[in-house]
Amino acid sequence: MPNILPRWEHFDHQSDIGVRGLGRSREEAFVQAAQALTAVVTDPARLVARASVRVSCQAPDDEMLLVAWLNAIIYEMATRGMIFGRFTVACQGMRLDGEMTGERIDRERHQPAVEVKAATVTCLRVACDETGVWTAQCVVDV
Amino acid sequence: MDLNRLSKKSGTEWWLAPFGRMRVPGILFASEELVRAMDEKVLEQVANVAGLPGIVRASFAMPDAHWGYGFPIGGVAAFSQEAGGVISAGGVGFDISCGVRTLRTGLSIDEVEPRRAALADALFRAVPCGVGSTGPVHLSPAELDDLMLGGARWSVKKGFGKAADLETIEEEGVMAGADPDAVSSEAKKRQRDQLGTLGSGNHYLEVQEVVEIFAPEIAAAYQLRASEVVVSIHCGSRGLGHQIGTDYLKSMLAEAGRHGIDLPERELACAPIDSGLGQHYLGAMRAAMNCAMANRQVIAHLVRETFSEIFPAAELTLLYDVSHNTCKEEEHEVDGQKRRLFVHRKGATRAFGPGHPALPAVYRAFGQPVLIGGSMGTASYVLAGTTEGMGRAFGSAVHGAGRSLSRHEATRRWKGRAVVDALAGHGILVRSPSLRGVAEEAPGAYKDVGAVVDAAEQAGLARKVARLRPLVCIKG
Repeated sequence: MPNILPRWEHFDHQSDIGVRGLGRSREEAFVQAAQALTAVVTDPARLVARASVRVSCQAPDDEMLLVAWLNAIIYEMATRGMIFGRFTVACQGMRLDGEMTGERIDRERHQPAVEVKAATVTCLRVACDETGVWTAQCVVDV
Repeated sequence: MDLNRLSKKSGTEWWLAPFGRMRVPGILFASEELVRAMDEKVLEQVANVAGLPGIVRASFAMPDAHWGYGFPIGGVAAFSQEAGGVISAGGVGFDISCGVRTLRTGLSIDEVEPRRAALADALFRAVPCGVGSTGPVHLSPAELDDLMLGGARWSVKKGFGKAADLETIEEEGVMAGADPDAVSSEAKKRQRDQLGTLGSGNHYLEVQEVVEIFAPEIAAAYQLRASEVVVSIHCGSRGLGHQIGTDYLKSMLAEAGRHGIDLPERELACAPIDSGLGQHYLGAMRAAMNCAMANRQVIAHLVRETFSEIFPAAELTLLYDVSHNTCKEEEHEVDGQKRRLFVHRKGATRAFGPGHPALPAVYRAFGQPVLIGGSMGTASYVLAGTTEGMGRAFGSAVHGAGRSLSRHEATRRWKGRAVVDALAGHGILVRSPSLRGVAEEAPGAYKDVGAVVDAAEQAGLARKVARLRPLVCIKG
């Protein structure tokens, strides 16, 4: 296992914003990318774990699986009026089973900055480097 | 952007000669200063679009072009079905039929000024905006299907606005050829509570003052007078359009190989116009266009209700409603021949010139109103389509200032509270549920909208008619 702590970050895109997760496995990187997605909207530290939602998705490759995962979260946010701060991911080949935990959006407490329209395939990359660190990233349209 | 790769045809026209996979040249309409400031990615995206099957004449970039998804934002490209042309979900984007609607209030700045703060507060209460907001209507599945077919006409039938409004909406408020069956159940679910909501990001509602008239004859036809107050609404098809973009990008990527399309970039995902997938996307996209027009119609109704509380005598009439993220089948003259083309405008506004049969009778002699949004702290413009512009880029012009800094960089440079206070110091009242959202949309994160519209006019894409100064800005 590489000696890094899983983490997320944002990167620049002229119109929108890039989300990037880093981890010791594909699953960890996907969890961190989801955290980065939430951080586009609000500070994840403001979120309380009140309810969980399970999703499953499939895709032809790792990169499209990341897009499918993030779009599943965006869809649940939009249709449930919720925002999620904790994620778990289990992958078997190109199938992902995920769970997200969060709460209904509270505009006073969460101060949500922007609604995410979609995860895009711009700057899309899922890869493991020579040290074993996985990166999962793409630009999201806001 | 490196100007050495371009040949200068005039002060506002720059050509990229075809190379590699390009089937047609790339043409950028902008001043030298604006071209220099553009990201290299814009040129890369212009070149990629120029390589798509069935493209006609050129791959165009407007003066406000910036790095987008597959197409540059500010990109225009037309495709011929007979020549194996394509329709691209990426070329329309995720915010299908995002556009601007401007209403005249008939009120002068002197009448509005004493009640401006009360108006700002009342509009902020009345028009749902920001993350998690829901609209005044919960749509049943049958109602949503009717809305997707009926557009703004559906909204009027439901009591939102007036039948006269329809005369000055693009397509008279209804896009023909919508197919609700081509829209996924997920997209429909995402929309059911979002009708009549503004959204967030760069979407806004502004109360504005007409501060400068450039073309008095056209302004008179548009019934715009200096010192009068107007209201502009900038938003799109909301969750329905976002999900349709997501769904069809995925399908078009999966099927590209089967159609023999070798994509230089995945965001250019497309399908032949005459394929089943292409036709399904057209039907779904047109449903989203109707949703966007219905949405702006409902928001206009909420604005009218609010004005009637504060200014009982005010009568708000619709100047125009036009979208800037669309693909539309239109007739254009190419090399002396009339051709039916599918014109993609991604972050570009249709700008038809005088005499075009698609224009409302009241404006036909003067050209189509082209509504250009600026940033919160600067200005917006009303332009008019020109005869010359029809031959330039299929009757298209700019759509806004265009970002110069990323959202990330904007939040590093500015704090929302400071932006709100600074704008208040300049007489602009901002109301928003999110201070971080305000920081991301700080005026300094946008290009100079004045330079953008000047370049559009110099390039012959459209003519300046009026400049609008923001008085109140409701940001999602």
